[in-house]
Amino acid sequence: MSGHDYDAVNYWKANLRLIFGSLIVWALVSYGFAILLRPMLAGIPIGGTDLGFWFAQQGSILTFIALIFHYAWRMNKLDEKFDVHEE
Amino acid sequence: MDQFIINLLFVGGSFALYIGIAIWAKAGSTSDFYVAGGGVHPITNGAAIGADWMSAASFISMAGLIAAGGYANSTFLMGWTGGYVLLAMLLAPYLRKFGKFTVPEFIGDRFYSRNARFVAVACLIVASVTYVIGQMAGAGVAFSRFLEVDSTMGLIIAAVVIFIYAVLGGMKGITYTQVAQYCVLIVAYTIPAVFISLQLTGNALPPLGLFSTHVESGVPLLEKLDQIITELGFRDYTADVDNKLNMVLFTLSLMIGTAGLPHVIIRFFTVPKVADARWSAGWALVFIALLYLTAPAVASMARLNLMTTIYPDGVEGQAIEYDERPQWIQEWEVTGLIQFEDKNNDGRIQFYNDGNAEFADEAEARGWEGNEFTYNNDILVLANPEIANLPGWVIGLIAAGGLAAALSTAAGLLLAISSAVSHDLIKGGFKPDISEKGELLAARISMAVAIVLATYLGANPPGFAAQVVALAFGIAAASLFPALMMGIFFKRINNVGAISGMLAGLGATLVYIFIFLGWFFIPGTNNLANTPDNWLLGISPLSFGAVGAIINFAVAFAVSHATEEPPVEIQELVESVRYPRGSGKATDH
Repeated sequence: MSGHDYDAVNYWKANLRLIFGSLIVWALVSYGFAILLRPMLAGIPIGGTDLGFWFAQQGSILTFIALIFHYAWRMNKLDEKFDVHEE
Repeated sequence: MDQFIINLLFVGGSFALYIGIAIWAKAGSTSDFYVAGGGVHPITNGAAIGADWMSAASFISMAGLIAAGGYANSTFLMGWTGGYVLLAMLLAPYLRKFGKFTVPEFIGDRFYSRNARFVAVACLIVASVTYVIGQMAGAGVAFSRFLEVDSTMGLIIAAVVIFIYAVLGGMKGITYTQVAQYCVLIVAYTIPAVFISLQLTGNALPPLGLFSTHVESGVPLLEKLDQIITELGFRDYTADVDNKLNMVLFTLSLMIGTAGLPHVIIRFFTVPKVADARWSAGWALVFIALLYLTAPAVASMARLNLMTTIYPDGVEGQAIEYDERPQWIQEWEVTGLIQFEDKNNDGRIQFYNDGNAEFADEAEARGWEGNEFTYNNDILVLANPEIANLPGWVIGLIAAGGLAAALSTAAGLLLAISSAVSHDLIKGGFKPDISEKGELLAARISMAVAIVLATYLGANPPGFAAQVVALAFGIAAASLFPALMMGIFFKRINNVGAISGMLAGLGATLVYIFIFLGWFFIPGTNNLANTPDNWLLGISPLSFGAVGAIINFAVAFAVSHATEEPPVEIQELVESVRYPRGSGKATDH
């Protein structure tokens, strides 16, 4: 990677930022909304129960899918921007 | 047509398909055998990962567990899907860029230590063997129920089919059969669910039906279910959980355990590019979610159906008479998975929670002398079509689907085991100068031995079979996941640090499990009863993998910083896995 040192450092930092942001959302929907914060969301009714239950059984899974596709899409852009993409 | 013939047609037809694919996709090189030649499309790989990952536990047991535990068992839904986020961002793309055949190989190269590689091989083999026992046993049960053969005989049939396509085709054969198995299992799972959702809520999409109105009563489905079961003394289905720490740690253990399971990770080595590894994690989760979003709907609807079957006039009315019980209860009674005992001799099936002290007075007033009906959680999915009065071909489909789920996971696990033996132990250890042909033969022989061993253990499951599946996740979470992640994200972690971390995390997890479940699972050797009051801070042995992982990280950091930096060429290796350029196909060199 000797020819790309400067870009490489920033590429990796950008990747870490993206991962960090994604994992905050990952933790928020599952450990947050679905478990620890469920009592706070108890006032929001959804189909016979509350929003926390929805996050525990559906919402978190849907969010996980969105997170991975978003990550893959953004990383492809970053790969090209920093010129580290595959031939 | 006789139900037996229908089941035979579905199961036999699906097996013929798998064998046909195996002959078409025969492996010619070690690259074919270990990573399917490295040319699998990300969507194809996503479907293969879905089948690889969704085991007999996902297909047969999970909905039953959720039906029994309600909200509290949502942990399985989040835990077994959230791991893919970790895989996509923290492991898969970089391990793909590394471009070798096995998980221990990365650990050995990155931590420049054969011992590290062997520790990883040991973790992989223990985790995978314990996991595969459950699959073989699950296949045996499905055979004995649907094809009326002895379960040992069923197991041997399953072993022969796996033998044909896994030994012949290696990863290449396994990949394409897994895609076929995914299609079989997802169709089998969703069709009965759609019918039941339509019957109960009028909504054809089960995940939406779960939050819709129950047509018969006009109240939301979940509210109706809560009402019925609390009136029988059961716990509210949607009730919150008191021990949140344990719920969080259990979910976390399942997530990082999922991300650290070698048979899932090696599937990412089969795609052509780093970018494809990221996409296939996303596709894998889409395919997995089709089942995982359906499962909680199946759970609540099957539980409601079961209740209304037993209390046809509502819970205030009389329970159903034993002589008038439906056909499916009679059939499952034969297997022993449904049991009835008429404690008050009134000829009716009283089903309620007799462990609830607050409900005891009402039960006595109604002349009930204890719960009379017990069922195994596993039957909810398998009996689903019968409970909803669906046609015979749907039952045949369920039989083929359950077997597809068990066989596809077993094959993936067996490949992970055999490649660790032939590539990491033989080529990487005892006989480095082995030729490619010799290694391919060694891979096939170790696969065959692994199948025989798994079949034997599946037919004679050790008494602790149920507990060891938790062990597989504990080991993967406490040893492999942290070592892999640190190998990519922290250049400063050296050989001593990584090995001490793995051993500390693994050791702590095993000791904690053994204290409550018995040393090496030998009954009676546990130091403390496995009850919540004894657990450290209320953490159950099944949730301890996450704590083991934290110990692993902490020890590895402390030891690495107290000892020498890794050599320059290792730091360059870490650099190179971080950037996709120059990936090429997975190779041996």
